[in-house]
Amino acid sequence: MTTVENSTPQPIDDGTVLSFSGLDVKFNTEFGKVHAVKGISLEVRPGEVLALVGESGSGKSVTSTSALGLLPRNATVNGAINVAGNSVDTMGDRALRKMRGDDVAMVFQEPMTALNPVLSVRTQMVEALELHGKAYGKAADARAIELLAMVGIPDPEKRLYQYPHEFSGGQRQRIVIAMALSCDPKVIIADEPTTALDVTVQAEILDLLRSLKDELNTGILLITHSMGVVADMADRVAVMYKGDIVEQGTAREVLTQPQHDYTKRLLDAVPRLGSRGETAPVVQGEGPKALEVNDLVVEYHRQGKEPFRAVDSVSLSVKRGEIVGLVGESGSGKSTIARCALGLIPAASGEVAILGEDITKMRRKPLKALRKRVGVVFQDPASSLNPRLPVGDCIAEPMDVHKIGTSKSRRDKVAELLDAVELPRDVANRYPHELSGGQRQRVSIARALSLDPELLVADEPTSALDVSVQASVLKMFTHLQEQYNFGCLFVSHDLAVIDMLADHVVVLKDGKVVEQGARHQVLADPQQEYTKRLLMAAPVPDPEEQRQRRLERYDFMKEIGEEDHGLHLDEAPDRKDLMGGSAGGEGQMPPGVSGGN
Amino acid sequence: MSEDRRDSAMQGSPEPLPHAGSEIDDPQFTDKSYSQGQLVRRRFFRHKGAIAGLAVLIFITLLAFTSIGIGGISGWWDKDFTSTGTVLNGGKPTIGWFYLGEHPFGQDSTGRDYFARVMRGTQVSLIIAFVVGIASTMIGTVIGAVAGYFRGWAESLLMRVTDLFIIIPLLVFAAVLGRIAGDSGIFVFALVLAAVTWTGLARLVRGEVLSLREREFVSAARAIGTGNWRIILRHILPNTVGVIIVATTFAIASAILLETALSYLGFGVQPPDISLGSLISEYQTAFTSRPWLFWFPGVFILAIALSVNFIGDGLRDAFDPRQGKDG
Repeated sequence: MTTVENSTPQPIDDGTVLSFSGLDVKFNTEFGKVHAVKGISLEVRPGEVLALVGESGSGKSVTSTSALGLLPRNATVNGAINVAGNSVDTMGDRALRKMRGDDVAMVFQEPMTALNPVLSVRTQMVEALELHGKAYGKAADARAIELLAMVGIPDPEKRLYQYPHEFSGGQRQRIVIAMALSCDPKVIIADEPTTALDVTVQAEILDLLRSLKDELNTGILLITHSMGVVADMADRVAVMYKGDIVEQGTAREVLTQPQHDYTKRLLDAVPRLGSRGETAPVVQGEGPKALEVNDLVVEYHRQGKEPFRAVDSVSLSVKRGEIVGLVGESGSGKSTIARCALGLIPAASGEVAILGEDITKMRRKPLKALRKRVGVVFQDPASSLNPRLPVGDCIAEPMDVHKIGTSKSRRDKVAELLDAVELPRDVANRYPHELSGGQRQRVSIARALSLDPELLVADEPTSALDVSVQASVLKMFTHLQEQYNFGCLFVSHDLAVIDMLADHVVVLKDGKVVEQGARHQVLADPQQEYTKRLLMAAPVPDPEEQRQRRLERYDFMKEIGEEDHGLHLDEAPDRKDLMGGSAGGEGQMPPGVSGGN
Repeated sequence: MSEDRRDSAMQGSPEPLPHAGSEIDDPQFTDKSYSQGQLVRRRFFRHKGAIAGLAVLIFITLLAFTSIGIGGISGWWDKDFTSTGTVLNGGKPTIGWFYLGEHPFGQDSTGRDYFARVMRGTQVSLIIAFVVGIASTMIGTVIGAVAGYFRGWAESLLMRVTDLFIIIPLLVFAAVLGRIAGDSGIFVFALVLAAVTWTGLARLVRGEVLSLREREFVSAARAIGTGNWRIILRHILPNTVGVIIVATTFAIASAILLETALSYLGFGVQPPDISLGSLISEYQTAFTSRPWLFWFPGVFILAIALSVNFIGDGLRDAFDPRQGKDG
């Protein structure tokens, strides 16, 4: 892999493939105008990755969508947008359609929804080629196969005819990238391309994108909220906050010497692995453990098929006052275990004991009594609160259900809980839709604590939140845990979050426990290959350190015999001819820098 | 209005939610709190068609009930709809631009005041429509909610029953049942109609409940030990209110037309009572010679059905702004 410094851009026209100057976007809404982007200027040069960083609502996606001329009709756009030397604002519909794909292509966040599930991959790829007049019929098929081979889809001749659901999430994102490449765009806009993916898959997709810019000299506008991804990928960084760019510079400058307060706060908020050192194990006094799971098996029944075993003989335990982190990638069964521990899905075999009582065989009445002692926080703050109930009622709901206290004592308790989760007391009369994601999650936590639970099950409580919000929620969570001293099963896919919070870590893969032990042991000195891979794939927000980690990861992958995930140009020997034909001599191929390491 | 308000107006809209940047600061609220109901009301009252529809419907309702009165209470119109008299001027309507005259809508062949008859017909049609709308909504909601929430055999059974009701042609079914119940008065007749028109709503509510029961707030409610009925009543049904209200409005509009059709065919409201449909049926032969006997009830049917539909449109846009126009 060539180093980042070597990829200096080669000037074409004014040297930029995508530029915004004085971009200003307003939306007309029912409640007046919303100023989403406030006069920003940005440029992306060929072979360069510009990362646009910011929290949700900062205007990053609006900025990128405006480059494609795809903003909704209630948007008013001012300022100049240039794509490959052409001004987007003056283009008609036909010119815009030609530009999309030809000059600028998009890689979306969620590959499953970016691909049409009822069309085969071939149909979708050939459509892009034929619409833009790149290739027709057999030639288009051949080109599609070549593109799939390039992005590392094994056996592309056969897989071309398959449908999106037959591919894994990472492969789907590769297909989306292959489609984006099909017309040799000069710039690719990648809108959170790895947010929906697991950390190991994320590392692979980032490898692929990196080799794109190095070998095809494509400019990339990378939109992300993850500082780790920025450190891994970006040459330059622009930080967006409330529609404005507050800081812009090279990745190293911005990430190591941030100037603006907001950037500093953002970087401070990023959870880092290994920041906590060794901690003493939690010792439990007398009595049963908060949660004890023994040989748990959970199966999902499928019609006409063998039942799917989501959780396979898992044993773990949560002591009182202990936080147990349950880590794994999507599909590892971590949420299933959490839901089973709450009695929301039945266990096929094994036992789940909450505070010493096995709930798998329990009847309804005693189960209800037991549930009084268990709290729960779910992942999605948008759907975990009833939109029709004011926040105060949401928090008081558990007390209401179990008929605890009078309405006055409930109100007092609600006020006390709102204080505990650091929300103003008058929030009680608000509705959930009036609150931001972080505030809603605080309300969820307040609701979970309303009955002073002895066990709290938290299913990815912070993964839908922005990083700065996540940091403050986690801080509050740790504080509350010390105050109320509940045992907690904390499910997360984020190792750094687990590292900050947990006392004990359980690593899951495909429904089985891979490794478990004290936090510092598992995370600092992992014994299993899978845990090592997970840890290595997690990016850190420092470009220098991240490059070291990346090289280590490449070595490790070589060791375990995995292929590299960059572009496979050697498997597509005709690539240059095709490219010369379409780019009209303007897009000069850089000398074939060797792929991988 | 501040930017913080936006996401409440368009939940799940593709645009970013500009408030989120403020999260890093202390949570603060600058302006008034709106509940979802208030938001809906606000949007509804901005819908011109719906407001016009509402005005027309209120006007017709007031006119029908105050003019000839209802039950024992007499209205401001001095004639009733049953007493016959001498036919004046061939029974032509006397209504002009600014005066009503003796018989504003004319008289029928036996000299009965046609204004009083149309008003009575409107009363009966409105009562039937609203009773049908409300009763069928209740039946449909209960069946849909139970089927959607409990799934399993309850769902299979209830939905097969629903299918059974759907495959029998509505008009035939209602005609047979309506004929049996027709003599027992308009309320019984309305309830019979409700008993065959709840199917669409049951399916709609079931669909909504199926998606709502997978939401995390329902899981959260179950995890804290909330009982099934409490979940349905407190957590699920309030969230389907939008769908239900909109469907009810359209059910009312179609109930008017169903009642008219049945009465026209002679299966509906039985004499001596009248409805708009039976009026048309009674005087259909007079269409060429005395067209007003046909036009007045016809215009009222149209006006009621249209205004209710407009109200339904406005409600739908108010509950689901994403379906509507931009901004």
